[in-house]
Amino acid sequence: MVVFYRRMPRFEYLKPDSFQDVLNLLQDGGPERYRVFAGGTDLMDQLKQRKIEVPETVIDLKGLAELEFIDFDNSSGLRIGALTTVTDVAKSPEIEQHYPALAQGAREIASIQIQNRATITGNICNAVSSADSAPPLLALGAEVVCASGQSERRIKIEDFFAGPGKTVLQADELVKEITLPPPVEGSDSVYLKLAPRGRMDLAWIGVAVWASISDGKFNDVRIGLGAAAPTPIRTPKAEEFLRGADVTAENIEAAGAIASSEANPRENSFRAGGEYRHMMVEVLVKRALTQIAG
Amino acid sequence: MEKITCNFTVNGKAEEVSLNPNRTLLHMLREDLLFHGVREGCSHGECGSCNVILDGKLVNACLILAVEADGMEILTVEGMAEGEDLHPIQQAFVDESGMQCGACTTGMILSTKNLLDANPDPSREEIKDALAGNFCRCTGYAKIFESVEAAAETMKGRYEKGSVA
Repeated sequence: MVVFYRRMPRFEYLKPDSFQDVLNLLQDGGPERYRVFAGGTDLMDQLKQRKIEVPETVIDLKGLAELEFIDFDNSSGLRIGALTTVTDVAKSPEIEQHYPALAQGAREIASIQIQNRATITGNICNAVSSADSAPPLLALGAEVVCASGQSERRIKIEDFFAGPGKTVLQADELVKEITLPPPVEGSDSVYLKLAPRGRMDLAWIGVAVWASISDGKFNDVRIGLGAAAPTPIRTPKAEEFLRGADVTAENIEAAGAIASSEANPRENSFRAGGEYRHMMVEVLVKRALTQIAG
Repeated sequence: MEKITCNFTVNGKAEEVSLNPNRTLLHMLREDLLFHGVREGCSHGECGSCNVILDGKLVNACLILAVEADGMEILTVEGMAEGEDLHPIQQAFVDESGMQCGACTTGMILSTKNLLDANPDPSREEIKDALAGNFCRCTGYAKIFESVEAAAETMKGRYEKGSVA
């Protein structure tokens, strides 16, 4: 039952001066003691609704300039800092040009008000299957750089999600940045969101496709699905089928069907049933591939 | 919980407030400083009733702790009129009947300001997109969109009553 959802529970507030200070604090206590937030658009709502264990202290990352950047280089790729807002990603000319699916996904995340506060990193750390940034990051080959007090590790985005609302982050670990590989000549990407009224709705299905095409063949393809399984997923069989295949309507048709068979949506959901979601994965994968094939 | 002293500039005026760390910006503005134009609707970040402009950015005050806004400039709907003269956006909502019950209006006006500051000549689709985070439960959207169009016309000096839609 939801109780007093408009009022906050009790907690203390800390705003450390450096990222290292935050990581050091996390060495001394788990989620019952500390909860870290950036934009707060998910955390504040979860606290009001008592959806999560209420921590003794919330730690505000905002103001740590070392975590707020969009850094693009043609040979090394893109780095997005953990504090970079959805608005900044949606409006970045470099992301729009080289990673269009990510800019499109960012623009689909709720309202302008939310986008001004929320971060892309928070969107994936909250780990809901319908997160609009997740399919683009999967299709674009993102990696997540995670830091703890002593060490740092890079995790492929497809290994980052552990279940609904769960990631593989340890209690003392935080995402520091998200990286994307350098753009490939002759490649393009697109994100398509199916939702009844648009950006304020959670996606019924989200599909992102990245493909590099030359001489009428798919050299490489990556497909990311949102709201099609307990977590955002890739579709390795459909991607394998397309690698080296001719760019034809038949192959695109077949890839859509394979991707649909790789989806694993909930059978019963008040937003959209499982059978419908399977069908829409097929439609949207075909549509996205057709758009990229031009 | 130990109280924290914060300083804000609200509608151009300096305010010092001692508050609990779990106090939202919404409750601080509405209950401590009595800016009743900041409304509590859904309290989830979906309806836009609690909209304020924080350091130039449109935000939902219900999802922000007041301490997060320490040192920042806040504009509420109360800061838009010049004395008795309504802001052209407010006047447009009056002239075009852009409200029924009025609960969503203050948020709608701030979203409109955020839109028109960046895009003085928006299309109907751009207006719908800019107001997507503001819910009108009277469902009076047509009149609201017309009000935004009238405000844009006024601000370009082209508005005459009845000239929109």
